[in-house]
Amino acid sequence: MLHTVNKSLFQNGALENCLRLARDGDAILLLEDGVYAAAAGTVKSSLIEQAVKRFAVYAIEADLKARGLGNLIKEVRVASYGDFVDLVEKYPVHAWL
Amino acid sequence: MAQKGKKVMVTVRKPPHGSIYVQESIEVMFIFATYEMDLSVVFLDDGVLALHPGQDTKELGIKGFMASLGALVDWEVTNVYADRQSLKDRGIAEDAIIAIGKDDDSGAPIHPRVLDAAEIAAMMAAQHSIVSF
Repeated sequence: MLHTVNKSLFQNGALENCLRLARDGDAILLLEDGVYAAAAGTVKSSLIEQAVKRFAVYAIEADLKARGLGNLIKEVRVASYGDFVDLVEKYPVHAWL
Repeated sequence: MAQKGKKVMVTVRKPPHGSIYVQESIEVMFIFATYEMDLSVVFLDDGVLALHPGQDTKELGIKGFMASLGALVDWEVTNVYADRQSLKDRGIAEDAIIAIGKDDDSGAPIHPRVLDAAEIAAMMAAQHSIVSF
C-alpha cells in the first residue's frame, strides 16, 4: 500500500493516524503541506525518524522547494512527480486527506 | 467596518502554498493598511512556516507570495510579529526568517519581531477585532 499524506502534521492528525495503521513493507508519500513532516530538527521529527525504520518514506521535491525545506531527515527519499507515478503504478493508494 | 485608527489584528496560522489562506491574509493586510487602520500582523502556529527562508514555488507552477511578504513595509504594514514557540517547534531559527522590507535610510532588512506568547496574548487583548487565517 502507498499511503499519501498532504496535511501539515502540526495541525492535523492524518500522518499519525496513517502511521498507526500502515503495515511493514508499505510506502509513505509526503506531499503538499505533508512534506513538513520530513524536516529535521522540529518538535515532531521523531515521527518520521521512527517511520523510516519500517517504511520507505518519500517526499515530493517540488513541495519541499516551495516551502524552503532543505534540512531533511536523512532516510527520507526525495521524489519527483515521475517517481510519484511509478509508486502509484506499483502500489494500491490510500490517500489520508 | 473600516474605521480609521481602529485596532485590528490579522493572525496567520495556516501553512503556505497548500491552501489559499496565507495569500488571502496578505490581501486583507493590504486592505486594512489602505484604510489606515491600526494594524498588527501575527504569524503563529503553522503560519510561521510562511516566514521560512528559501521558499521557491517555481516547480509548483504558482507565483507564490514571497514578493508580497517582502514588501509589507512598503505598504506600511510594519507591526509584524512572529511567535517564538511556533518557530522553535518547527526548527526555524529566529534570525533566519524572511525580511518584510528594508530600512529607508540604511537599506538594512526589516524582519518580523519575534515575541513570546504572553506578549502576543496581551496584544490580542487590546484589539477591537482579530481576523484569523
